Amino acid sequence: MSNNAYVQLVNLSKHFGKVRALDGFSLDIAQGELVALLGPSGCGKTTALRALAGLQDLDAGSIFVDSKDITFVSPNKRNMGMVFQAYSLFPHMNARENVEYGLRMKAHRTSSSERVKRASDLLDLVGLSTHANHFPHQMSGGQQQRVALARALAIEPNVLLLDEPLSALDAKVRTQLREEIRRIQLEVGTTTLFVTHDQEEALGIADRVGVMRGGVLEQIAGPAELYERPLTSFVAEFVGLTNPLPATVSGSHAEVLGVQVPTVAGSITSGSGLALIRPEWFKVEASTSGNAKIFAVSFLGSTCRLTIDLADGARIRAQIPSSDASNLGIGSNIKVTLKSLPVFVKGA
Amino acid sequence: MKLGIPSRIFRVFIIASTTLYLAAPLYGMLDFSTKPLGGEGGRTLRAWKAIGSQEDLTSSITVSFAIAIIVMLLVFLLVVPTVIWVHLRLPKLRRPLELICLLPLAIPGIVIVVGIAPLYRWISINITESPVSLAGVYSMLILPYTYRSLSASLDLVDISTLAEAARTLGASTMRTIFGVVMPTIRSGIMSGVVISLALVLGEFTISSLLSYDTLQVVIYLLGREDGKIAVAVSLAALLFVFGILFAIPTTKRRGAILDADIA
Repeated sequence: MSNNAYVQLVNLSKHFGKVRALDGFSLDIAQGELVALLGPSGCGKTTALRALAGLQDLDAGSIFVDSKDITFVSPNKRNMGMVFQAYSLFPHMNARENVEYGLRMKAHRTSSSERVKRASDLLDLVGLSTHANHFPHQMSGGQQQRVALARALAIEPNVLLLDEPLSALDAKVRTQLREEIRRIQLEVGTTTLFVTHDQEEALGIADRVGVMRGGVLEQIAGPAELYERPLTSFVAEFVGLTNPLPATVSGSHAEVLGVQVPTVAGSITSGSGLALIRPEWFKVEASTSGNAKIFAVSFLGSTCRLTIDLADGARIRAQIPSSDASNLGIGSNIKVTLKSLPVFVKGA
Repeated sequence: MKLGIPSRIFRVFIIASTTLYLAAPLYGMLDFSTKPLGGEGGRTLRAWKAIGSQEDLTSSITVSFAIAIIVMLLVFLLVVPTVIWVHLRLPKLRRPLELICLLPLAIPGIVIVVGIAPLYRWISINITESPVSLAGVYSMLILPYTYRSLSASLDLVDISTLAEAARTLGASTMRTIFGVVMPTIRSGIMSGVVISLALVLGEFTISSLLSYDTLQVVIYLLGREDGKIAVAVSLAALLFVFGILFAIPTTKRRGAILDADIA
């Protein structure tokens, strides 16, 4: 365990009946870092976040923040700001009163002039200074979540906890608010744990992304590393689209689609297996003597997504620059090869 | 959406017939209570004026209101926090609690009386003879109504997320309940309280069988001597409860003050 970790979750375990929500889960977060926990539903990511907030009791394990053991500290004394998936603004208070709420509690008791100032600063920060007197039912979902973020930050939390705060919003607002969360988090410098099932969200804003499955952390790494060098087949398949293709491995190289590519750590080292190939790793060129046929083309702007039927019957998805796809249409005969990037190969 | 003429007529018909159905007995009561004895023509307010001079009546009104206020306090201080607490912290106890709260509906009043008569005999000998002690049994009787309206409004909002938000912001459990949860479900609490009030002011069986002189019992006794006064009092009591019922939705006050009081 590194010594500069600001938040340390050590061997957390929690069983719900037979379901192991957390099974010896450990995670370190450095001060000011934004870590995202990513995983399918039921993987334990929310349980981990709630345990850090004190809203979930544990069967075993310890939680340290700033080297202090807070495992048995009650949630109202932990100084954690939390934004929930469900809209959680107090309906009988307007935006400003919601933001001030934490400051009126004993732990953060401040003078009323300070509260007013801080609330207006924070509403400014989330871009809602004109909505201070609006009640939750008068605001859109995105606005409510912004106020919730301001409310969580008002108490100058040790850790900011974001529990799928964007999943109730529509796609456009989601992207926008996601970027804003990151901007604000960097500006304020609050250590943040962000739980989501949306890989785009996690990869888009986190310093590090932890992929969870069955109550344990499969891999934690920077977004680029996680995407390019997944350590397990679960991570490879869960993060980003992958196409499983037969591969023959010898040592640290594999032959896929007739191309020699390096393999990443964790791959099998001999025999035949399945290589997990990202859509944008394919190279496609028109060729009458090719090994594949285009089944469908969808234009995405700067790139094109191709659905391709290989000669052996497998169907793959490739993503190529639109400029390379101009002469390709449904039914075109093509030759598919690979860029020489390291791939993950799992046993067949 | 624009309604077609037939459905508009239908709507007016429904509203009119419902109003008539509800208002006709009230009009009948008003008519009867303002007619002079003997059935000659003209109107008189004799029965209404007599309300103030009937000593039994005024004292029973005081008693019934005292009971109503005690019951309301018990609802506020005991039932509401208990239901919220079970909802938030002990979800496993929700079903048993619901069952217990609904029991008074299933048990006939006469059975309840048989059951608690010895207790009230003991109370009147050892503690107090005042009918105000009925507040005890009444606060049980009203449980089905208060529980239903509370749990319905608790189910309507994501109360556990609100409570968790308050907790993470530093609120103690008491402040969470009084400052966040109760203002949020205020309308549910108010309707529960009003229904209890109506029930307590209208209860007859138990108080009469236990021989306590509450408003309804006195109205009944009075009705045997002077029906006009009895009807006038009944109408007044009905209108009073109606007034409160109608006043509730308009008292949409912001709950932040409640929270400041606790602090």
